[in-house]
Amino acid sequence: MSNPVEIRDLTVSYRDKPALWDIDLSIPAGRLVAIIGPNGAGKSTLIKAVLGLAPVVAGTVSIFGAPYAERRRMVGYVPQRSSVDWDFPTHALDVVMMGAYGQLGWVKRPGKTQRELAMRCLEQVGMADLADRQISQLSGGQQQRVFLARALAQDAQLYFMDEPFVGVDAVTERAIVNLLRDLRARGKTVVCVHHDLDSAPEYFDWLALLNVRLIAAGPFEITFTSDNLRKTYGGTMGAAIRHIEHFEEDRRAGPMGLRSEDEVRC
Amino acid sequence: MLIELFTDYTLRNVALGSALLGIVSGALGCFAVLRRQGLLGDALAHAALPGICVAFLLTGSKAPLVLLIGAALAGWLATLLLLTVVRETRLSTDSALAIVLSTFFGFGIVLLTFISRSGSANQAGLDKFLFGQAATLVAEDVQTMGLLGAAALLILAALHKEFKLLAFDAEFAASLGFPARGLSVLLTSLIVIAIVIGLQTVGVVLMAAMLVGPAVAARQWTNRLGVMVMLAAVFGAASGVSGALISVSEANTPTGPVIILSLTVIVLGSLFFAPARGLVWDAIRRRQQRAERLSD
Ligand SMILES: Nc1ncnc2c1ncn2[C@@H]1O[C@H](COP(=O)(O)OP(=O)(O)O)[C@@H](O)[C@H]1O
Ligand SMILES: [Mg+2]
Repeated sequence: MSNPVEIRDLTVSYRDKPALWDIDLSIPAGRLVAIIGPNGAGKSTLIKAVLGLAPVVAGTVSIFGAPYAERRRMVGYVPQRSSVDWDFPTHALDVVMMGAYGQLGWVKRPGKTQRELAMRCLEQVGMADLADRQISQLSGGQQQRVFLARALAQDAQLYFMDEPFVGVDAVTERAIVNLLRDLRARGKTVVCVHHDLDSAPEYFDWLALLNVRLIAAGPFEITFTSDNLRKTYGGTMGAAIRHIEHFEEDRRAGPMGLRSEDEVRC
Repeated sequence: MLIELFTDYTLRNVALGSALLGIVSGALGCFAVLRRQGLLGDALAHAALPGICVAFLLTGSKAPLVLLIGAALAGWLATLLLLTVVRETRLSTDSALAIVLSTFFGFGIVLLTFISRSGSANQAGLDKFLFGQAATLVAEDVQTMGLLGAAALLILAALHKEFKLLAFDAEFAASLGFPARGLSVLLTSLIVIAIVIGLQTVGVVLMAAMLVGPAVAARQWTNRLGVMVMLAAVFGAASGVSGALISVSEANTPTGPVIILSLTVIVLGSLFFAPARGLVWDAIRRRQQRAERLSD
């Protein structure tokens, strides 16, 4: 089977300013992928370009060996939480059912099947008891989990998530991490825009460093180096570099696979 | 008055026409408001005026269908112009809206002045499209309005799910394969229909309030989109019918302002007294909380 994502010579430009420049990226199956880079690096744009939502100037993207338009039903999408108006007149379950609209097609209204599917997805993110809650009455973390449940309702093989950890509480953060691992265990591929260098090596196993150009891509052991981070952040992020130096020391001390989550978080 | 409603020809047309207008603009207005496009409705309504005048100048006819087609085409042209301005220049959307609105409306007023000076026997009455004159509605107008309105409501009902997704999360809709731009153009076209239905009753100047008001009032009472759409239709119809009947009973009162006044009563009532979101209950809740804190 082809790779979940194959990007060739991709250039994206809003007006005349390029947001992404000549990206080549192949993402292997069954990975939890972090896309990391400074603000304005084009991380969200990369996801949108794959989903046909950004102005692609040149290059090609293929999803499991075909254009995205032929692979929609295999892809789930979690946009940035701040991209929608949470005072919209609707409730949690209704938002999750939107994940099934693609399968439903035109005109047909969601029914019992979709409601049950949405309920199961809400259960998976620990939100079943809030199904009827108006979405503006949910906390930031709960809203994020509703968005994740909506993507689960898409029943996809490949997921794109834009900053799912931003502004969420500790309970939600745990829930998302467990969900990501569960998805990986079921053979799914997940691509997340992530902002926190501290937690990145713990939560993900594959990394793409981006700053308009692709700086590095591959497993963390190979790509998560202070050199690459300096190239990505322009050497200005002292704090970021320090984290890396710790990470490199840790790695010298022992193989990553032996570290349990709780040890790392303390 | 109630009995006259069913027997008097003028009153029946006025009541039917303004009810239709209220239902269609109330329901469609919900989507305009949720997509933060109230101003777009305003621009489209103002743009209808030169369309009406040009249609009259070209055909010499005041047949409702002719004038409505002129209004709809002008609304379309304004939308296209607007999208082009936003895309090609660095103007923000609301500046672009303001420019399109005032240009079209200014042109419309010039044409209107020209038509009334030219003194053709047929000219009288186009100025009713400024502030509306429900008393001039005839059965033929109401039929045209009914057909247009029914078509708009049917499309809205069929694509309720698609329009909801578009209003809540247009990029997600596009990622699922629903063409966000196409749906957006369709929704705007339906709003043009609502405006066209309201031209004779409310007029171009106040038509935007008929789109925004019922939706804002309805949002206060419910957290469900479906219920909001129904309520907005009811509020729109109630203010349309009551306003139109009041204006007809007072000879020569323009209808639009009276309809908007009765709509304002509904909107203010909803803003203050709706249970969950009303300002009055908000204040009472805050006072109770303060009292509890003090007594602790
Ligand atoms: N819709 C848009 N129109 C114009 N410019 C945009 C748009 N979206 C993003 N950009 C620009 O593209 C660049 C990359 O944006 P984005 O992908 O959102 O960055 P990131 O997600 O990495 O913070 C930024 O300079 C941003 O200003
Ligand atoms: Mg972003």
